[in-house]
Amino acid sequence: MKQSVIIIGGGIAGMEAAASLARMGIEVTIVEKENALGGHLLQWDRLFPDRKRSDEVLEYLKKEMDSSISVETGCSVKEISRENGNFRIILDNEKILNGNALLLATGYDLFNARKKEEYGYGIYENVITSAELEGFLRKNPQPGLMKGFQVKRIGIIHCVGSRDEKVGNLYCSKLCCITAVKQAIEIREILPDVEVFCFYMDLRMFDRHFEEMYYEAQKKWGVHFIRGRLSEADENPDHTLILKVEDTLTGLPLKMTVDALILMVGMTPSAGTKKLADMAGALSGEDGFLMPSDEHLQPNETTVPGLFLTGAVKGPVSVGNTLADARAAALKIYEYFSRMAG
Amino acid sequence: MKDFGYTINPDRQINYDQNSKEPVYWLETMEPSVNICISCGGCTATCSARQFTDFNIRKVHTLMMRGETHSLKKEIKKCMLCGKCQTVCPRGVNLRNLILSIHKILEFNNL
Repeated sequence: MKQSVIIIGGGIAGMEAAASLARMGIEVTIVEKENALGGHLLQWDRLFPDRKRSDEVLEYLKKEMDSSISVETGCSVKEISRENGNFRIILDNEKILNGNALLLATGYDLFNARKKEEYGYGIYENVITSAELEGFLRKNPQPGLMKGFQVKRIGIIHCVGSRDEKVGNLYCSKLCCITAVKQAIEIREILPDVEVFCFYMDLRMFDRHFEEMYYEAQKKWGVHFIRGRLSEADENPDHTLILKVEDTLTGLPLKMTVDALILMVGMTPSAGTKKLADMAGALSGEDGFLMPSDEHLQPNETTVPGLFLTGAVKGPVSVGNTLADARAAALKIYEYFSRMAG
Repeated sequence: MKDFGYTINPDRQINYDQNSKEPVYWLETMEPSVNICISCGGCTATCSARQFTDFNIRKVHTLMMRGETHSLKKEIKKCMLCGKCQTVCPRGVNLRNLILSIHKILEFNNL
């Protein structure tokens, strides 16, 4: 009999895992709460570090997906139960799905920047998030970012919702640094006369080509970096913003007016993940992301046989690494089935 | 009038809006490598002048980039142009030309 897997989450992790599993002859059903597959990638314009269009990645993933994969969009999981090692899932439209294994790929949510009230997101007109900038760039390569006046200077704030006990997130979202560098370059490309300042605590250029992109941002694009965390932003009557930081490398407080502020929002566990994890028996870490049974040796397995994890449900991860992790998860599910059969 | 000895301390804050952008413009033109500094402090750690004075070439660079030029004329005089900083810089910033350029810019603009 054909083995079957239910994948909860139709972002890139779910899509890639589904494609791999289907190629191994396994029956796959994806459950996605939104009306389309693709997750956060749908709102991204271009990816670091090579500036590949995210649409290109999405098209590739869609093309890869076999017609045998069934997809349930626009519905959420109401109930998960486990009987004789199999999973039974009831959706909110009362549909029942049965699977021999379950893969959680519910990803992440972007940090709600309103929680950092002192930065003025949702209060001041010209404070936007990194995701919103991607949206502008996606819609229009010549974004009319600001209304009514000439833009001269833009500030980019790193670590919004990351490394911050005040908002309950001690962890580093790790991808915002390189996103800031990428977006700073893109702003300089489109608006060459605009000064761009990145305000950072540390620059964590952890992956291949990231440091080189930072170097390029400095050397070719003249992006400025100031080490210091934004303490507060105030709005002027003309909707420009006054930033107050410590320039920690000179040891002096610094005041600067910018025309717009872009907040590099971090990644948080997605809203539904906790409930799903509790129903399925997966464990969460202190940061709220789910825990595999061993972060080195069993990164896709859990303590529940037949329950697997992939992608950003386990913590912040880039697109490329998500896809690699999804393929690994598919292989581990295949091996699990082989063991059960053998 | 009775003098109570109260004074107002001068503002120590870097006011980037008020600072002239001219010095940075000229510095970037005369020595483009100033933009690739990562503030690692290697230059300052090896600096001969640093051993005997409070000269901090890493900080001089940062202050110059912020347009904070008021103390720099006095500061850069402490440099002996030995060039050790340049040999340790991981980004290849031309630090001797940085000092010479700052000197010229400050002289020319009478800062």
